Formats: sequence, structure tokens, C-alpha cells
Amino acid sequence: MLAGSGWIDAGVVNAGDGTHEHPTQALLDAFTMRRRLHGAGSRGRDLDGVRVVIVGDIVHSRVARSNLWLLRTLGAEVTFVAPPTLLPSAVGAWPASVRYDLDDALAEQPDVVMMLRIQSERMHEAFFPNPREYSRQWGLSAERWATLPDGALVMHPGPMIRGLEISDEAADSPQSTILEQVANGVAVRMAVLFLSMTGNDGAAPTETEIV
Amino acid sequence: MTTHLIRSATLVDGARADLLVRDGVVAEVGTGLSAVGAEVIDADGLLALPGLVDLHTHLREPGGEASETVLTGSQAAAAGGFTAVNAMANSSPVADTAGVVEQVQALGELAGYVTVRPIGAVSKGLAGEQLSEIGAMATSRARVRVFSDDGICVSDPLLMRRALEYIKGFDGVLAQHAQDPRLTIGAQMNEGVLSAELGLAGWPAVAEESIIARDVLLAEHVGARLHICHLSTAGSVEVVRWAKARGIAVTAEVTPHHLLLTEQLIAGGAPAPLDGAYDARFKVNPPLRREEDVLALRAALADGTIDIVATDHAPHTAEAKQCEWAAAANGMVGLETALPVVHQTMVETGLLDWSGVARVLSSEPARIGRVEGHGHAIAAGAPAELTLYDPAARRSFDTAQLAGKSVNSPYLGRSLPGRVVATFHGRPTVLDGAVLAPELVGGAARG
Ligand SMILES: [Zn+2]
Repeated sequence: MLAGSGWIDAGVVNAGDGTHEHPTQALLDAFTMRRRLHGAGSRGRDLDGVRVVIVGDIVHSRVARSNLWLLRTLGAEVTFVAPPTLLPSAVGAWPASVRYDLDDALAEQPDVVMMLRIQSERMHEAFFPNPREYSRQWGLSAERWATLPDGALVMHPGPMIRGLEISDEAADSPQSTILEQVANGVAVRMAVLFLSMTGNDGAAPTETEIV
Repeated sequence: MTTHLIRSATLVDGARADLLVRDGVVAEVGTGLSAVGAEVIDADGLLALPGLVDLHTHLREPGGEASETVLTGSQAAAAGGFTAVNAMANSSPVADTAGVVEQVQALGELAGYVTVRPIGAVSKGLAGEQLSEIGAMATSRARVRVFSDDGICVSDPLLMRRALEYIKGFDGVLAQHAQDPRLTIGAQMNEGVLSAELGLAGWPAVAEESIIARDVLLAEHVGARLHICHLSTAGSVEVVRWAKARGIAVTAEVTPHHLLLTEQLIAGGAPAPLDGAYDARFKVNPPLRREEDVLALRAALADGTIDIVATDHAPHTAEAKQCEWAAAANGMVGLETALPVVHQTMVETGLLDWSGVARVLSSEPARIGRVEGHGHAIAAGAPAELTLYDPAARRSFDTAQLAGKSVNSPYLGRSLPGRVVATFHGRPTVLDGAVLAPELVGGAARG
């Protein structure tokens, strides 16, 4: 709103607004995927055909939304996995596949599995019966992690609740990018700030240009 | 009292006539009338409509005087061509006793711009737990006939049943704000594709429709009159249509904003100055819905499934609106724009003629709310409750055209047809498009 108000001529960076969007998180996630999947040859390459599974509280997640829009732009395929209570009722209109069963989604041997945090208040609002059941159905347990292909990435935007949505085995595995995401977040956000302050054509870039 | 000769007005049936207004009554209707000493109003090209009656107005007083008072809300009503408003009960203190409803009625009489009919609360303190003093309000000097917890749904089915039965004994009607509270916890906007994208908590249509379905069955079971406030979904229309076909005594209203505006405005793109995304002036309860819903509501108003238009005029201070979406208050002002919006959405589209407009904005709301002295066709001997409207005018709506205390209108910057030129509530309250000063209108002027 501020960016479009005409009140200021500075760039405005969306650092995460409510349950709407979190563009810099999506940028750092995409950057992390490119570096891991393409290695030294990642510069200039998109994520064409990369299959990403995002698991957890989609309906309340700004990370899920921003990742969907950016990953689709880069050519990746996105599958959301969650109980129906944690998906928007209109999720069918989104350019994503939807599954309720995590094992079915993992059986398709995705390239990336991104786990989202389950906030404690969800447990008191009947989105699911209790944390044990959530963990059993939608948590990335050691057993589920073991079924993943060797090169598959395990991602999480943090902070994690170990034992609920993700097991120690998955979080601390070599496939895990979780600490790398934190480090890449610093670099990506520095780049965003640099570009928005220096501009590219003298004009302040708008929020959408940054995204 | 001055005599007024309204020359060459067009009545709703298309006939042209002169109207002589004397001593608060339409003394004569005819052609070539003259009266010595009468003030003449040239109404060539103007429509003479029966004074509009709003069944759903938030006047805010007592308690909410920062956003509106009975006086300023009455002025807004007169500016919009209204001659009677029904004041909702969610004031502070709540209108749940004879004392509060008599106070509101007295303030309305003192202001003098319109007939103010207080609505009584269904439940004490709007708490939804025990009945308010319905009998005391009905038999008070205010003679309350409409009862509503509006703003809050009477959600407990047993309390709803008892209220319907009890109000029936006083020839009253229960006006239900149909919103299942458990299905709308934290709800911010219509639930659907757009709410998913914007990340705002959804307000599902079923939260409205399921309550209406329950309540028409309860009304049938106990043989009571039920009125549904501000229908907003195509599904609600289907439920009401079914209930009416079954012979249930249900009536329904739609707001002007639900006839024109859609949820898409929340994502931006309205005319400036409301062109930004998340502009809280579009936040309202029930929320703006989809285009399909808007079209279904128009069709239902045209075929009589929806009986009336009611404004749900809901003034709010700037502080309550100029903040982030989730923190902003629900509601829009609507008295000044109701007739132009109905003109645009129903008349210009060919769905209603002007006698249809008089029905949905005057005679039917007066009948449902038992508002005596209002809703009559303009005829010799009838009370002089009427408005002169210029249907050929068109203007960009701005705050200068708002006569109430608050400016939270969703129509600012929008081009709307028509203009209220004069309003008579026994005597003029609006002339030449301007609201007359209180000393010319109020209790003192009426002696
Ligand atoms: Zn309401």
C-alpha cells in the first residue's frame, strides 16, 4: 500500500506481511535451490521442471504463497501437502497440485521437500486433533526422510519445531539446507537492499520489481 | 407554516402533476394548481418519490457520538431523500430497555429531519444469552416493532426460537444478522480465490446461508415474522426463495453496496482516492462478495425474493478506518448514496422502474417495520413525506456530498447518477440539494 501511495519515492521492501506474502524468503529459497541443484553452473539458470513439495500450514503461510508465485515463474512444479483444514478452500484455483497424503507425495520422488512450521495456536483451533497425529501424518519423520532420493533437498524456513513437523534425522542430514537458507537469507536481503537503494534506472524500483 | 407548491413533478407512474404541500400534508395533487403566498418549487424534470424509509441505520447515539449522532445521521438521511430511519440497537448503552429507545426517539423528534424509529435489542446487552425487555420497549412511548442484535448474530438456536415467539406477541419482527460466529472467527473478507491469494482469513458464504436456513425453519415452526438483514450471497437468495415458496413469513433486505461493489476492490483498482489495495473503506460486514453474488442479488430484488434495500449506514471515525485491514472497523456510510446506487444498479439496468424503487425503498420497508405515516403513495391527504430527485444528473461523489459526521464512503471518486434536490418531512429538510439548518427544521421550528 505504501509503495503505491505516492507519498514516498523510496523503494519499499516487503519483509513479510501477515499471511499474504514474504518475497525475500521466496528469493532466498529459490536461490538456495539453484545453488544446490545446479552447483557452480547455477548462474542464469532457472528451476525448470524441478518438483517442489511444500508441506504444512499452507492457509496461514506467507512463505507458501510467495514460494508458489516465484517457483512457478522459474518453471518449477509445486505440490502442496496438508490436511484440508490447513489449505485455503479455493486452493484449486492456484497453479499447484494438492495432496492430503504426504507419503503419496514423497513416493513421486520430489527434488525438494519444504516443511513449514506448525504454530501452536493451530492446535487449539481444531485444525487437527493433536500434535502427535499431525506429526504421524504430515511430519518428515526419519522413516519418510529415508525414502527420499539421494539428491533431494530438505528445506525449512525456520524456526523449526523438531519432533513435530520435522525429525532430527531430516533436519540435520546432508540434504538439509536449513542453515544454508539462513546464510543465503543474509546475502539475498543485502542484494535486495542494495538494488532498491541504488536503483537501476534512477527510479526507485517498486515492490513488484523487487519480487 | 409555509405552503409549498411543487410544480410539474413526475410521479413514479410517469404522470406529471403539481403538488401542494400545506401543514405537513399533501393538500392537493393536480395540474395548474395555484396557491396565494405559496413558495414555488420548479420540479420540471424531477421525480417525486415517496419519502425513503431505511430499515437499517446505525445512528451511533448514545455512546458513539464521535462517528455519528441522531442529529447528524438524520441530516445524512434527509440528504439522501429519506424521511424515516430505523436506528439499530448496538449503541452504548445498548437499546435494550424502554429508557434507551425512548431517548433515541426523543432525540430524533428534536432533530426533526426524519422519523427516527428505534430498533430494540433481541438479547440483553447483545450478549445472546437472555431476552432483553422486549415487551417494555414494545409498549413504551417508542412503540418498538423491530428487534435486532445487528452486528451480532442471534446464534443460539433456543434463544432465537424464544425471541421469535415472544416478539410475535407484539406484532414485531426479528431482524437477523445472519453470521454463524464460529464459522467466521477472525474473518476478514469473502472466502474464495481472492482471500486465498491475499492471505486474509475467509468469511464463507455458508456462515450466512446456514443461519438463514435454520431461521426460516424456526420462523415456520413458531409462526413468527422473520426479516433477514443484508443478504450478501447467491446461496442466501436461494434459501429465501425456497422459504417464500413454502409460505414462510420471511422478508429480506440487500444493501446498496452489495448491489454494486465486489471483493475485487480489496485488491485495488477502484477509482482514486480508493484505488489502493487493502483500503479498509471496503471492509464491511457482511463482506463484499463476488460478481456472481452481486448479479444474483440484483435479480432477486427485481423478482421480489429480496423485498427491500436497506443502507446499513455504518459511520466510523477516521481512526477506526485509516489503519491496517485486520484492525479496521467493519462498515460504510450509505444514506446519501443509496438512491443513486439503486438508480445505477437497478433502474439503469432495466431491472426496476421507479415505482419499483418506491416499493423497495419506501412502501415495503415501512410495512415491514410498521413505520406509521410513511411509505404511502403521493396523493391528496397523505402525509407530506416525499423527495424530489433529478434522475438526469450525474456527478463524481465526494465528501462534500456527505451530510453525516463520518466520511467512510466506498463511493468517493466514483461517478454516480442522480441527485436529491429536495426532501419533505412534513416541511422541507433539503432544498436546492442542501440540507437545511437545524433551526429551520428541528423541534423548535416545529413549535
Ligand atoms: Zn448487520
